[in-house]
Amino acid sequence: MKIAQIHNLSKSYSDTQALKNISLEVEQGELFGLIGPDGAGKTTLFRILVSLLLPDKGEVFLLGKDVKKDFKELRQHIGYMPGRFSLYEDLTVEENLYFYATVFGTTIQENYHLIKDIYQQIEMFKTRRAGKLSGGMKQKLALCCALIHNPEVIVLDEPTTGVDAVSRKEFWDMLKSLKKQGITVLVSTPYMDEASMCDRVALIQKGELLSVAPPAQIESEFEGDLFEIKADNLHSLKNKLNEKYGEHSAHLFGQSIHFSNPNQEISEQELSDLIEQEGFHPSSIKKIKAGIEDCFMHLMTAKKGIE
Amino acid sequence: MKEQDDKQIIIHVDNLVKKFGDFEANKDLCFDVYKGEIFGFLGANGAGKTTAIKILSGLSSPTSGIVEVAGFDVYKNADDIKRNIGYMSQKFSLYEDLTVKENIRFYGGIYGMRAKLIKERTHELLSRLEMTDYADKLIAEIPLGWKQKLAFSVAVLHRPKIVFLDEPTGGVDPITRRQFWDLIYEAVEDGITVFVTTHYMDEAEYCHRVSIMVDGRIAALDTPDGLKQQYGAGSMNDVFLKLARA
Repeated sequence: MKIAQIHNLSKSYSDTQALKNISLEVEQGELFGLIGPDGAGKTTLFRILVSLLLPDKGEVFLLGKDVKKDFKELRQHIGYMPGRFSLYEDLTVEENLYFYATVFGTTIQENYHLIKDIYQQIEMFKTRRAGKLSGGMKQKLALCCALIHNPEVIVLDEPTTGVDAVSRKEFWDMLKSLKKQGITVLVSTPYMDEASMCDRVALIQKGELLSVAPPAQIESEFEGDLFEIKADNLHSLKNKLNEKYGEHSAHLFGQSIHFSNPNQEISEQELSDLIEQEGFHPSSIKKIKAGIEDCFMHLMTAKKGIE
Repeated sequence: MKEQDDKQIIIHVDNLVKKFGDFEANKDLCFDVYKGEIFGFLGANGAGKTTAIKILSGLSSPTSGIVEVAGFDVYKNADDIKRNIGYMSQKFSLYEDLTVKENIRFYGGIYGMRAKLIKERTHELLSRLEMTDYADKLIAEIPLGWKQKLAFSVAVLHRPKIVFLDEPTGGVDPITRRQFWDLIYEAVEDGITVFVTTHYMDEAEYCHRVSIMVDGRIAALDTPDGLKQQYGAGSMNDVFLKLARA
């Protein structure tokens, strides 16, 4: 069953086209990632999907319900966690949870099994006001509140933005366990490396989808060879390669360069010789598989989507 | 300023403690930052990074310990520190309802630059960023990636000795993120010291040295290669997970 069906969706804010004719489907039980930088249209897409914002054009169905007409019924069955913390800061942890359960006509007891693993991590602060929690705790409480009415699908807008690498990993573990309990999870993130945690991802940039597929498939569709080059003076070597082979042929990745030149087949040895000729001394050059970030940059430049 | 192995120390921190009531946010921090280096300041949320940065930039006083920034003592000369540093964060950088040019003029004015110099540098900055055609656009109207690059250029407009960057690339697309680091390298070539926090572990690899804070202490400080060797890790991400989870 399709959990979400989006056809030719467009949305503008005055002069800015936030979403340009987007079509997308999400299957039941998927952990689906919407991946792109700030301003790509992630929040707009999610807000339309959860019936908080009206589309200008196109059809949008969530759980088979039209987000424009059937929003009242729809809202009973979805959980939404917005990017900005939006619980009641002057209510305690426990009061917030009770409030959300009551609003949805249920009780904490009835669905406690869904939130137990997460809630136990913040239970010791249950009498603390939500506004006084640390960032990580707030996030866990918000997730509990989004789950307490046993939704079929949860939509999480950038839950890991500004969160450190450790907490990010913990959060993804929580999402995976929710998926195991049969909940469809739609999550957006600006972190490219989080794509690998998802069953399928949509790469989004400037209101357009660059690609929609399982992350491994997107990676395997990278055009041409990709080389990892290690050398001293990486920064000037990168500039030199871009000068010679065109802008965006070389990018820094930590302490290496990723180089691709789709117009020309080249062997590791030939590349090594060329780099030596420029006066650099690579310590290693090898062909590697592209990651999501390589693909994203490649698709971005192909679409001239660079700012 | 002291000399050590021909490296000039530009930030000197010794036994820095900062308490809020009973809570010790910074516990006995000791480190030096050398002139012209890119110093990565990492740590989990709540580890005490922001507290330390506020102290280093003269916005907050330590409870005890020695802190010297650009040769000035934070207890006595906080205002001199502020004049000699630049600061930029993801959250706040430029005024949305001023134009690009107005923002530049505003910051130049705050740092006491002469009108002629502001004009010169504005021209230089806009052509470097290929933004000359956007000089009269409101900040609210330009894309995020440009804003961040512009905010950085404005933070170093007065050629500070040190620039503090607090998660400067959060949410920025991967190409713009790398262009941002090109700007950082250029600033370093001009002799500016860069003190940067980030959640992107690949960016930690671009730093000359990296410190990792855990629970108010500096748990590790070395070059990225040194840290990877010390912790038997393949990447800075692994180093970070090992340290911060312990």
